[in-house]
Amino acid sequence: MPELKPTNGFEEVFRKVQTLTDTPMHYCPGCGHGVVHRLLMEVVDEMRIQDKTVGVAPVGCSVFAYQYMNIDMQEAAHGRATAVATGIKRVLPDRYVFTYQGDGDLAAIGTNETIHTVNRGENILIVFINNGVYGMTGGQMAPTTLAGMKTTTSPFGRDIATMGHPLKITELLAQLPGAYYVTRHAVHTPTAVRKLKKSLRMAFEFQEMKKGTCFVEVVSNCPSGWKMTPQESNEWMEKNMFPYYPLGDLKVPKVRMN
Amino acid sequence: MKANSEISLMKGNEALAEAALRAGMQAYFGYPITPQSEILEYLAVHGTKRGAVILQAESELAAINMVYGAAGAGARVMISSSSPGISLMQEGISYMASAEIPFLIVNVQRGGPGLGTIQPSQGDYFQATKGGGHGDYRLIVLAPASVQEMADFVFDGFRLAEKYRVGTMILADGALGQMMEKVVQPPMGSLPLAEKPWATAGKPPSRERNILTSLFIQPEKMEEVNLKLQRKYREIQSEVRYEAIQVEDADIILVAFGLAARISQKALELARHKGIRVGLVRPITLYPFPSAILSQIALSAEAFLVVEMNAGQMLEDVELAVRGEKPVHFKGRMGGMLPSPEEVLREIESIAAVHAANSELIS
Repeated sequence: MPELKPTNGFEEVFRKVQTLTDTPMHYCPGCGHGVVHRLLMEVVDEMRIQDKTVGVAPVGCSVFAYQYMNIDMQEAAHGRATAVATGIKRVLPDRYVFTYQGDGDLAAIGTNETIHTVNRGENILIVFINNGVYGMTGGQMAPTTLAGMKTTTSPFGRDIATMGHPLKITELLAQLPGAYYVTRHAVHTPTAVRKLKKSLRMAFEFQEMKKGTCFVEVVSNCPSGWKMTPQESNEWMEKNMFPYYPLGDLKVPKVRMN
Repeated sequence: MKANSEISLMKGNEALAEAALRAGMQAYFGYPITPQSEILEYLAVHGTKRGAVILQAESELAAINMVYGAAGAGARVMISSSSPGISLMQEGISYMASAEIPFLIVNVQRGGPGLGTIQPSQGDYFQATKGGGHGDYRLIVLAPASVQEMADFVFDGFRLAEKYRVGTMILADGALGQMMEKVVQPPMGSLPLAEKPWATAGKPPSRERNILTSLFIQPEKMEEVNLKLQRKYREIQSEVRYEAIQVEDADIILVAFGLAARISQKALELARHKGIRVGLVRPITLYPFPSAILSQIALSAEAFLVVEMNAGQMLEDVELAVRGEKPVHFKGRMGGMLPSPEEVLREIESIAAVHAANSELIS
């Protein structure tokens, strides 16, 4: 951490890390993306690995993640981020490689790539933002949309009989031997934010051990897609999303980090 | 003469795979499909121990996106497949064209459409030379006609891809992939690695971050990117390559690429024996297409005969080059069938007969 210096009688309590650019984010008020971007880049900054980190942006709301993260990045086709990350990591095995993907990208169109990347135990970090909706295209049903949840393409609520079940992809991935560290978080409270940051730091450090894939899910809100105020959306998330997608570790390696 | 020890007898697919290792290929991503699985198999045996990343992907879709990642990170990368698999890869090819990521892709064509047949075809000419995926882009397309060229063109493919930051395709067919011929492999290390300051390999403090993307949401910016790509494709026109055989005195010009050119060359010999003056133009680069030489020959020759293993795809490019100056005829077989030299000869003879009759009418 940089040393905090008092200036003009004011105490400096926050400083933007240089691993974030000065570009204003396009995300909606109350959205969780900005917080997760910042946490990721704080970890990169604190570990001093900016020159060794390569990120992969998805298609979805975070398609422009590379405009905000001051690191080398590739923008992948919809669903293919983990395949792209595999290519990067295989030719640059000493780099820290991560993907940042939403639920439509990772758990619908990219399910095949996601499962096989984790099954190969690629030494990358997958950050999975799950808000149960396609935000970028205007609030359509996602693979993780809850039963009965209304979206523009499930206008009467998700009907399990015809539209299938919300996909617990994280639970599925945790069963694969290639998965090394699998955990689920949120960013709706300061405590949750601190816990997520600790997990992201662990996930980056685990990459050095080359033991397998680290997978960090963040259950997030989507005030615009859910047609709620930010506060309402957080309350709705706690009441409805958390019971189906419970927060906590799904797979933790039995190692002691120094 | 090459010493015997330098000459080996290899399948086209294996010769290409060995050449890729000698050309300094750093990564290969593949998925099994007939008739090119020998490339992946050969590299599985020889590639890893010679320092290359060799990975069998879960699908062609994943494989081409692994190429995006690895080539974007600065590695020299090759991928191969056959027609149905190449269709699946078009998404990644289009993205790489826009992000200007250089790569080498090999299409050992089989008959189609659909699942088609595993027998040789040239049915993917349009897909290879006109873009293939969505958006305004081109690949450089090289068409080998021998096992030797299957090996040689790997070097040309990597060199051209890296020179222009484009994708280069080697457009072969099932017969060239499967047949065995003599081949002299180029020496190791004869293709130096290019500087890639744009690669996403980690941002040092000394430079701005590198971004590889195909997303340009502002139409003004997207058009700028389009114009830049088009300028590059115009520059690439200087790389045109072809082989012209006995065209100087020819009345009838055969135009054929790849395996069809070898068949046509045999037909040329048979026709010359019968006193018919036939020449052959074999485009080696299908994009850029050797239009200028065909336009020039159109002034002296009497007629053209395009021979392909498809329904007449390169035919359209030949017609564009000849611009109605002279008649352009077509002989094609499809579905994995090859035209025989005798079939092509019969076509030549009927064109010659019509030409002779016309000449008499005029005189």
